[in-house]
Amino acid sequence: MTTTISNSIEVLQDLKKWQGTLRLKILNMYFKANAGHIGCSLSCIDLMIASLMSHKRKDEVFILSKGHAAASLYACLHELGEISDELLSTYYKEGTVLPAHPAPNKISGIPFATGSLGHGLPIALGIAQANKILGNDETTYVLMSDGETNEGTTWEAAHYAVAKQLDNLIVMIDKNGLQGFGNTNQVLGISADATKWQVMGFEVAECDGHDVEALYQQIDFFKNNKNGLPKVIIANTVKGKGVSYMENRLEWHYLPMNPEQYAVATNDILKAYL
Amino acid sequence: MRREFSDAIEKIAIEDEKVVFITGDLGYNALENLQAAMGNRFINAGVAEQNMVGLAAGLAYKGFKVFCYSIAPFVVYRCWEQFRNDVCLHNLPVFLVGNGGGYGYGIMGSSHHAIEDLAGLSSLQNVKCWIPAFSDEVEPFLNQIVADARPAYLRLGAGKKTPSLDTDFGGLKLLYKASNAKGSIVSLGPVANNVMNALENEELSGQFNVFTAYNLPMKIEKEAFQLIQEAEKLLVVEEHVSTGGLAQQLSVQLLENGVSLKKFVSLRAEGYPDGTYGSQTYHQTQSGLDSQNIAIKLKCFME
Repeated sequence: MTTTISNSIEVLQDLKKWQGTLRLKILNMYFKANAGHIGCSLSCIDLMIASLMSHKRKDEVFILSKGHAAASLYACLHELGEISDELLSTYYKEGTVLPAHPAPNKISGIPFATGSLGHGLPIALGIAQANKILGNDETTYVLMSDGETNEGTTWEAAHYAVAKQLDNLIVMIDKNGLQGFGNTNQVLGISADATKWQVMGFEVAECDGHDVEALYQQIDFFKNNKNGLPKVIIANTVKGKGVSYMENRLEWHYLPMNPEQYAVATNDILKAYL
Repeated sequence: MRREFSDAIEKIAIEDEKVVFITGDLGYNALENLQAAMGNRFINAGVAEQNMVGLAAGLAYKGFKVFCYSIAPFVVYRCWEQFRNDVCLHNLPVFLVGNGGGYGYGIMGSSHHAIEDLAGLSSLQNVKCWIPAFSDEVEPFLNQIVADARPAYLRLGAGKKTPSLDTDFGGLKLLYKASNAKGSIVSLGPVANNVMNALENEELSGQFNVFTAYNLPMKIEKEAFQLIQEAEKLLVVEEHVSTGGLAQQLSVQLLENGVSLKKFVSLRAEGYPDGTYGSQTYHQTQSGLDSQNIAIKLKCFME
């Protein structure tokens, strides 16, 4: 059933609320763990709010291909009740099933372990292809980073998705413009370029990756537009979105926060979102 | 074994609607019937092996048992990480099928040889590698692979019929048991035929216990260790490099089980010792895997 914005005011309120609460949860997790990868979790959390948190049905699959943003996935699954308080408190600790990158076979909401880039899209194709063979009306969601689209599997998988008409697949690319050791346009060029994906045969939407309402609407449209074309949302995002000193800074791919930085970060989020 | 494989897989695919077959754009003059029989469960994933194996993992997650078929090196090396991360760590029923293991593709050259495949694949979590030595083993192995529904690799080669059957010791198959054995031979894959040819020599015939190893990693039963211990000398023959191959894996098992040998000789793929290329037989000979050299080694065991 199509969900339209006009009849889902409550959903929209949730989306906006989650922008703040999930960011606070992520920051708290990283601070307690004294861990990095904060910037990449903050750049993709709004995409996860508009897909995993709101659109995805229980029987559908969401794959976080950019596994280094695992904290954002754990935060969402905690919010959805799939990860308990007790379990979440083990994040990054000895003996945990919530390591820095998602582990295999541990949490039902994490169907596949990721962390090596370029794996999620081919797996998502397999799930989408299975749904086609079985005649299931399920959408498969996969979230990638823009740096990840450097990987050759992206291009193998993209051609497959088009050739096999996997219109039940929604790819989301978190295009924050920064990758491991530089700006994406200076490393290999823009592999998450809308024209390239369009030329390959995808139905492409380029969106503000932090406008949860627009993202929600776009996904809603894509879910219901079964025209034989696989879908991609190229989401323009800001690494570290919401925390003043992290935004667009490469180092926040790696650094943990000290107590002062944590205080500033939470204050920034409270001011901006809550 | 390619024909035996396509006949057997066709039967399986027709009987079991949960089987999906993906080819990496290979199968000309071998898989056409399978393609026609399977309909949308037969997929040509193109020349894109990494995507093929990730795709297979996704299909397996949704309940399918998935074969990924190509020439052995192509379905092993390029997509090893996909097989490790997406398939083996999740213990999913994805089965790699590599045609032409070892030097099977001969004059096609080094790109088409798979002589390090078992070292790479048998080291992974939850996996079972299947290495038929004889063509009549392909069908029962395939049936077992599907029944097990766990990550697997089937290494196909050019094999004849099993010469005499056979006692199974959990990954080791005893083809011949000698009374008062002068030693034991364990071989892997179709190079077993060279062993059988060497044993046609009058002096050697009936003098050795003869095994083939068909599963890696192996878990051998006690009776096999006893036979190997009693015969005191062991020759291992494999069309695979030494590192991570049969001889290395077997020797750990022997040591852990207290087997002490008077002589241990390993014949294995030596790569491309002088940088020249030829048929499978040519490469076997260069590595000392030919029946003549095997006979020479065995004669030393008679002393």
